[in-house]
Amino acid sequence: MTPRKKRRLMLLLAGLAFLGGAAALVLTAFQDNIVFFYSPTDLATKEVRADQRLRIGGLVLEGSVIKDGKTVRFKVTDLTKSVDVVFTGILPDLFREGQGVVAEGRFANGLFTASDVLAKHDEKYMPPEVADALKKSGQWQGQETAKPQGQMK
Amino acid sequence: MFGLQNPTKFLKFAKLTGPWFALASALLIGSGLWFGLFSSPADYQQGETVRIMYVHVPSAWMGMFAYSVMAVASAIALVWKHPVADHIAKGSAPLGAGFTLICLVTGAMWGKPMWGTWWVWDARLTSMLILFFLYLGYMALAGAFDNAERGAKAAAILAVVGWVNVPIIKFSVDWWNTLHQPASVTKAGMPSVDPSMLLPLLLMGVGFTTFYATLLLWRVRSEILQTRIRNIRLAQIHGEG
Repeated sequence: MTPRKKRRLMLLLAGLAFLGGAAALVLTAFQDNIVFFYSPTDLATKEVRADQRLRIGGLVLEGSVIKDGKTVRFKVTDLTKSVDVVFTGILPDLFREGQGVVAEGRFANGLFTASDVLAKHDEKYMPPEVADALKKSGQWQGQETAKPQGQMK
Repeated sequence: MFGLQNPTKFLKFAKLTGPWFALASALLIGSGLWFGLFSSPADYQQGETVRIMYVHVPSAWMGMFAYSVMAVASAIALVWKHPVADHIAKGSAPLGAGFTLICLVTGAMWGKPMWGTWWVWDARLTSMLILFFLYLGYMALAGAFDNAERGAKAAAILAVVGWVNVPIIKFSVDWWNTLHQPASVTKAGMPSVDPSMLLPLLLMGVGFTTFYATLLLWRVRSEILQTRIRNIRLAQIHGEG
């Protein structure tokens, strides 16, 4: 390699290292703004104004869904803490108990009033027969079913 | 690299291998579509909608792969000044932009029935959109100079700098919580896709790669020939003057 090529290569590598470092710093600094939703635990430790729009995400607690006409109430849990959510509107097809969910809206007085509810699914894909067989044999490692726990309110 | 930085040798190589890549991509994509659309099961959660995956995921892979090719070729062009590397970077850009656009559009079509929204500004979707804009920016910059060499150099720097976005796309679902689910195939351990669905996905993935290779060879060939025509014309003008 000629000295000029070597210098250009060094310059390029140094530039890349510098850039990578800068990108890492920026992304770390904006960590809080890049997350798409807060977990119920985050919500408990955060100061939230009543007029602030935010998203919470977690699993729909099993047995917590109460439908009343177009209004639905349910609990979103991260298996440590849970939040009461109320929503009026059409739920996505994938919304079901024990499934992932992201709700956007406002949080006040311990109640999250959602204006939008999105379903979140996991990275597992399989035919229904395989899912049934896994559940039967006790090998199921799918989404942890969110069962009510003692310390939850 | 195997003498392929020599335009004449590259032309020979492209002429020889191009038809084989084309044949392979027709067979792979054909069989991938057959398995994906007709001969694979529906998903236990998502039903028939899961078939969007067989186009969406390979085009996302190719969007990132084509950008990586573009960045590596640009780096080689910046350091070693091989003209073929410039052609490869330039030829890769519209192909990658096309794959990225397919990924974004099919993703929206998949998001609406499953998540309940066409689009959200989560880290995965946003970084993929930035990838698309990087492609557009690269193409605009490469064509914005009267002097083609200066344009190629400026665009090459953009391509190398923009590569920082590729690992961000890949790991966005692990570093931050997103609406998009984490990786199913390109992760440590076994893929969390059933073998019956993994087969069409991988066929499509390899098929998209050979399809990309076919078009790239074709584009680079025409770029080399165009450069030659330009040089001949210039020689003629200067000879007459």
